Amino acid sequence: MVGIVTYGSYIPIYRIKSAEIARMWGDKPEHPEKGLNILEKSVPAYDEDAATIAVEALRNALRRKNIPGEKIGAIFVGSESHPYAVKPTASLIAEVIGAYRAHAADLEFACKAGTAAMQNVYAMVKAGMIEYGVAIGTDTSQGQPGDALDFSASAGGTAFIIGKDEVIAEINDTVSYVTDTPDFWRREGQRYPSHGGRFTGEPAYFKHIISAAKILMEKVGTKPEDYDYAVFHQPNGKFPYRVGKRLGFTKEQIKQGLLTPYIGNTYSGATPTGLSAILDVAKPGDRILAVSFGSGAGSDAFDITVTDEIENFNRDAAPKVWDMINRKKYIDYATYLKFRRMIVEVD
Amino acid sequence: MVVPRFWRERRHRYSLIGTRCPVCGTVYFPPRNVCPKCGRKSLGKMEEFQLSGKGKIYSYTIVHQNVLGYKYQKPYIMAIIETPEGPKITAQIVDIEPEEVHIGMPVRAVFRRITEDGKAGIIQYGYKFVPDWEELEK
Repeated sequence: MVGIVTYGSYIPIYRIKSAEIARMWGDKPEHPEKGLNILEKSVPAYDEDAATIAVEALRNALRRKNIPGEKIGAIFVGSESHPYAVKPTASLIAEVIGAYRAHAADLEFACKAGTAAMQNVYAMVKAGMIEYGVAIGTDTSQGQPGDALDFSASAGGTAFIIGKDEVIAEINDTVSYVTDTPDFWRREGQRYPSHGGRFTGEPAYFKHIISAAKILMEKVGTKPEDYDYAVFHQPNGKFPYRVGKRLGFTKEQIKQGLLTPYIGNTYSGATPTGLSAILDVAKPGDRILAVSFGSGAGSDAFDITVTDEIENFNRDAAPKVWDMINRKKYIDYATYLKFRRMIVEVD
Repeated sequence: MVVPRFWRERRHRYSLIGTRCPVCGTVYFPPRNVCPKCGRKSLGKMEEFQLSGKGKIYSYTIVHQNVLGYKYQKPYIMAIIETPEGPKITAQIVDIEPEEVHIGMPVRAVFRRITEDGKAGIIQYGYKFVPDWEELEK
């Protein structure tokens, strides 16, 4: 049995309300709340980045179950906001946990780099190459001030340790669907990404998630009603419900893992953190469908079954996702600019 | 700080790894090669010791005149943290306003950016402390 042995998430404490961003840009305060179903979003503190979030998420996973560094055979970190353009985040993670023999690399695939990391680790464990591996999705995503992304681009991340022993959630199968669809991109050297507006919806988000989910359910022989929970990539608070409805899922199946209305879009962290919120409450036998989406564009889909081992697993040893969502400090737009290093000064 | 010095100190800065004297049991952070109490008896025998990252604020100050690179964080809190293992650690307290901090407050270590060598230089990571929310809510 190959699956999740432990997991942990991290969400920064700072939040900015959508109404505050709307006030700044002369929009109606209800516009982002109604249009995007985003009430507020998480903001990294001045001294936080994708690497610090990754470390905190992984430490929370290790609090729940300690796996010694020498047993970790792989570390893959998915992000589109790695602190360095050249110098891996994965090597920093290896140093922090003392995993000096790990296969380590950074991955980038817009918002699906975290699930791509999970697939890589899953494959290496299944192949018998490694005993345990770390997969992390982490981001402090960038949004052009005043753009629609200003309301959504947020910060957070989740770490999974995947192995064969004492698995709390078995990964039954995983598939992907990928096409060359330029719905969202950032050219080298550009500070903020660009996107195709409404083009990011139908031919990008919906096509890829629906395709990956259908391929997976056909392969494993499941129907939407076979799942207790579903988590879809969540660029806003509306798309996941809409894509779920089109696939045949109910709001009840999606609710626990839909975090964007309260923390925004954590990009590579989004689907993994939604899955983490589900694992926080899941019971033995619960079945979970998780489907990410990364612009450019592709989706990774996972069919997961929670095992009896979760009853022996110390979930309370680290903060749960919804506890971190509810622990918050509000900041205004000026502080947001300061924290996000958007104030331009003379060098 | 130059790159090699930071690199040499990365393990204790990242993971709060100090040393312990096998003769008298005293824990040191930052790590020491010799125990000042046991002298040559401890020479070459000091063991690595990982601190738990938990502690309490022993004393603190609010810094209004920032050091280089801390302009965006001022006013910021610097504190001496008393750890259950023994060492007292000087560190920044984050995720809290100056008016909220108090002596005796339970805190725990987190991994943060400490400073960066300009826009093109290396980013130095290390420990800071935040309120231990779970302890405070008990």
